[in-house]
Amino acid sequence: MHIHKLEKYWLVFGIILLAVFLTVLGVSAFAAGNQPASDADLVDPAKVHQTAPFDNPGLHKIGDNEYELVMVAQAFTFTPGNVEIPKGAKVTFLVTSPDVVHGFQLVGTPVNMMVVPGHINSLTYTFKETGEFLILCNEYCGTGHHMMATKIKVVE
Amino acid sequence: MNDVASKLKQWEMERGVPVPSIGVKEARLAYAHVVISVLAVLIGALAGLMQTLIRTGIIPEVFGYYQLLTAHGIMLGLVFTTMFIIGLLYALLAKSFGRFESFPTRVAWLGFWMIIAGAVLVTIMVLANKATVLYTFYAPLMADPIFYVGLVLFVVGTWLSAFAMFRMYADYKRENPGVHPPLPAFMSIMTMLLWVIATLGVAGTILFQLLPLSLGWKDTVGIELSRTLFWYFGHPLVYFWLMPAYIVWYTVVPKVIGGKIFSDALARMAFLLFLLFSFPVGFHHQLTEPGIDPFWKFVQVILTFLVVIPSFMTAFSLFATFELRGRALGARGLFGWVKKMPYGDVRFLAPFVGMLFFIPAGAGGIINASHQLNAMVHNTLWVTGHFHITVGTAVALTFFGTAYWLVPVLRGRTLTKAMNRLGLIQAGTWAFGMAIMSYAMHISGLQGNPRRTGPATYFSDALTREWIPYHMAMAIGGTILLISVLIFVYSMFNLSFLAPKGEEEFPLAETEEAAMETPRFFENWKLWITVTFVLIAFAYTIPIWHLIESAPPGARGWVLW
Repeated sequence: MHIHKLEKYWLVFGIILLAVFLTVLGVSAFAAGNQPASDADLVDPAKVHQTAPFDNPGLHKIGDNEYELVMVAQAFTFTPGNVEIPKGAKVTFLVTSPDVVHGFQLVGTPVNMMVVPGHINSLTYTFKETGEFLILCNEYCGTGHHMMATKIKVVE
Repeated sequence: MNDVASKLKQWEMERGVPVPSIGVKEARLAYAHVVISVLAVLIGALAGLMQTLIRTGIIPEVFGYYQLLTAHGIMLGLVFTTMFIIGLLYALLAKSFGRFESFPTRVAWLGFWMIIAGAVLVTIMVLANKATVLYTFYAPLMADPIFYVGLVLFVVGTWLSAFAMFRMYADYKRENPGVHPPLPAFMSIMTMLLWVIATLGVAGTILFQLLPLSLGWKDTVGIELSRTLFWYFGHPLVYFWLMPAYIVWYTVVPKVIGGKIFSDALARMAFLLFLLFSFPVGFHHQLTEPGIDPFWKFVQVILTFLVVIPSFMTAFSLFATFELRGRALGARGLFGWVKKMPYGDVRFLAPFVGMLFFIPAGAGGIINASHQLNAMVHNTLWVTGHFHITVGTAVALTFFGTAYWLVPVLRGRTLTKAMNRLGLIQAGTWAFGMAIMSYAMHISGLQGNPRRTGPATYFSDALTREWIPYHMAMAIGGTILLISVLIFVYSMFNLSFLAPKGEEEFPLAETEEAAMETPRFFENWKLWITVTFVLIAFAYTIPIWHLIESAPPGARGWVLW
């Protein structure tokens, strides 16, 4: 099959760009470890409140300025709310839902994940500056969806 | 005089009106679909405008916000697109094959009425506030069983339409051995084939998961499996919207500018690649979800980007056509053709502006589908902005521009100068409204403004106060868009009933003489369907097996509205 010379150049140019782009994504994902939220842990959605660690939601210290924030996203609240976190802390968010699918978005950061009943999802983020952060639900979950939010206060 | 022509003549004498330039039965069928799609645009756009006005507090919440959002999505994303596409493809097939006696009319009309029945049931349930689940109806939100029955009827109806088209194609192949079916027919069949394979996924989750759950036959539902089946359908759906627009770009626009199709073979190859690369990619919509291994997400991200190749081919062919035509008209230099295009012709202008919008839209799509970049924009208004310039502009403007000649063709009337001018205004207002609205959506989305939310202030958070001007911009854009829709609806009414009778041209271009020969294996459907399923199996078997084998206890259904 004959392909026009200029079109060949154009396609080769496109394919090279694509290869470069995908290599950058791949190196970032598998060498630098920048993976999207993909936790594999499971939990019974009907028993979230009785199952560890969700029977005790809150901020738990697990190392030197390292924390786990265990949160339950439930129509239409995040538990716990209004958490205070020390500046410079590396925080791993662990979230699940006992009812429907919710979103967990720390506005202005790459912390953005789906909260799916039956699954635990997690992401780690380091708070380098003090200030207030808004967490909101970004997946429609019912009539109160736009009320579902909480705040994180990063303090000295 | 041949048989077909004599029948048309007879029809003309009996009715005292001119005949449409395709067969009468096909014209009636295609027109019925287009009418429904115009009604859907009107209802959907009204719902959309009310949403933006409620969101900014300009009008009180007359309907539930999420109810309107559901109606907006279903009317525009499902009814408008699907009905216009099926109508257009019927017309293209009838024109390409040039006959109407063996047209499988009964199956086609049965399909039409099933789609209508389904859409009516779905609409009633949404109006009754029994299915405020948005048009993505994610489990375990649980709508009334009738809502799901409506969706099933809708999908099965479209399958009947597809089978009517496949039958026309098979008949043509049998009667014309050794002849390449015309390019628009080949592309139409490819589009419907993609639709049928794609809807298997959504039919699976509705029939085996959601319907039994809402009927109470099952207590729980596996959510990740349901979402995976949904997105297996959800991404090819995007190509089901785009491919008919591409058909117009490849085969109609060249004729409108007085040029020819750059290459028949490359056009067919691009469509083949769209079929192959549309399926194994659904995970890029699920990048931030638990339960799916990052490796498989990455595999599907790579496969997603392969669609760049046919997209590049399409861009090349289109601009090559423009340049060749421009040169034939005496244009010089690299961009001399720009001055030679018929911008005063709505049949050209509307699809052309759609193409221009598709350039930033494609770039945005690359960001959405990227393994980690996605986290910055996932579920924000950026995504809403993205599909308002892809489906909402590139596709919708192409369909509008098409309707201005298609409706006169189907009604045996002509596109008058006045209607053409109104069409230019309509396309212009649409582009202007969309530019304002989608710009505001993209920018505030980047700042974290979530999509699909009712009037929210988040405890008067300082950040969310900054989003207010963007919401105002969206309301202004939405108002302009509704004006555009009203002009469109009036134009369609005029072209259906008031415009002078006559024969409007059905613009389909010929291929460049210098173009290459079309290879025969492009029409080997068994081969391509097999390759498609092999790719689907490669991308989905292991992750779906994993989702089933290590599934969590199911979730029960919820009604939270």
